[in-house]
Amino acid sequence: MAFDDAYHALTDHDDDARWAYGTGFVDKLAGVPGDLPDGVDRADLAEYCLMLGDDALILSHRLQQWVTRAPELEDELALANIGLDLLGQARLLLTRAGVAEGWGRDEDDLAMRRDPSGFRNVRLAERADADFAHLVARLFALSTWRLALLDRLTASRDPMLAAIAAKGVKEVTYHRDYAAQWVVRLGDGTPLSHDRMRAAVETLAPQLAELFLSHPTEARLAEAGAAVDPATLEAEFTQVWTHVLQTATLTAQPVPSGAADAQPSGRAGEHTPALAEILDEMQGVARSVPGGAW
Amino acid sequence: MLTLAELGVIREVRQDEDGVLVTITPTYSGCPAMESIRADIRSALRQAGFGRAEVRTVIAPPWTTDWISASGRRKLAEAGIAPPGAAPVRATGPIPINLSPRPTAVSCPRCGHTDTETLAAFGATACRELRRCPACREPFEHMREI
Repeated sequence: MAFDDAYHALTDHDDDARWAYGTGFVDKLAGVPGDLPDGVDRADLAEYCLMLGDDALILSHRLQQWVTRAPELEDELALANIGLDLLGQARLLLTRAGVAEGWGRDEDDLAMRRDPSGFRNVRLAERADADFAHLVARLFALSTWRLALLDRLTASRDPMLAAIAAKGVKEVTYHRDYAAQWVVRLGDGTPLSHDRMRAAVETLAPQLAELFLSHPTEARLAEAGAAVDPATLEAEFTQVWTHVLQTATLTAQPVPSGAADAQPSGRAGEHTPALAEILDEMQGVARSVPGGAW
Repeated sequence: MLTLAELGVIREVRQDEDGVLVTITPTYSGCPAMESIRADIRSALRQAGFGRAEVRTVIAPPWTTDWISASGRRKLAEAGIAPPGAAPVRATGPIPINLSPRPTAVSCPRCGHTDTETLAAFGATACRELRRCPACREPFEHMREI
């Protein structure tokens, strides 16, 4: 390491080995190219990067809350690692959002200094999990959806989104495997685990429709070849969802198609109280000590 | 010591009249060591007398364990970490789901026994899983293929 003393590395007087929040270093994604593709609206691209970045950031925070609470140490490691992957994806996407909007905001500004109404994540990402069965059901649903999305996004006309997606596909592939294997183990387990897994899936199923609603920004950007219209993900999602639930001896809960007049809510900044609760915890230190260094 | 070049993290080193440009890539999106890696490269170049050095990050093409060199694999095994096998090849169409642990043939880095078992698919970092050797009974880490 470049330092002998961890405390020294956290303080402000070193050259460029600083890494903790608020210690004043800039350009953390040094050298990642920031060019924008022709024919793609900057504001739309910025908002779309926020959508995918906020999904990852908020789900990552929910996973972190399970560390020290999971049934086994091995699962805490798994959830922490999955949360870290998602946090890395969020950093790249929020940085890209800041570049596209062009107001000089960086990943920390976007993560730590936005109110709930500024967040663009789907509501499913912010839900609190009642138990471990709810957690793995939700992680399975969100990973299946995100994997299908990122896989298509590798063909985006924005080279940065395509690169972030190609990296994310490798990671979300094993996130989905982990969650699906738990759904099967609990569903096809003891009568008690089966009942609790079934209850989790029954609670979750009616909330899946929002994943396939197109926000106008997504639709416009998909038209421009830079984004994925979420409506195109439903068939692949349903195939995987049904296959895993059947293997888990759970009656496959149908994926509810959105009503014709249904509007995306989380994507439009309309959230449940659960998001404010997450942000209170996540942003607390950054907001109470703006620019603080220690 | 396993080097960044052996890990495949360093993608390019270029020197011209403006100084040295080192291009690196993260192993995983959330790799928490990237900031230290950048700082270490800058500091090593400074100490070697290169005044002007820039470290640039690229994320495409995405890092794969296939980029770990033969000497890197040997050093991993010597440190008790079973090196990764060949990274999975992506077929066309939707990515298939795995509902049971992948049947990978991982040899025990201590005794060489070939038929080892998974203890936990996630280890201390994103890149490692925990396995056990039924012959010598020792647990060991394996770098997952990605």
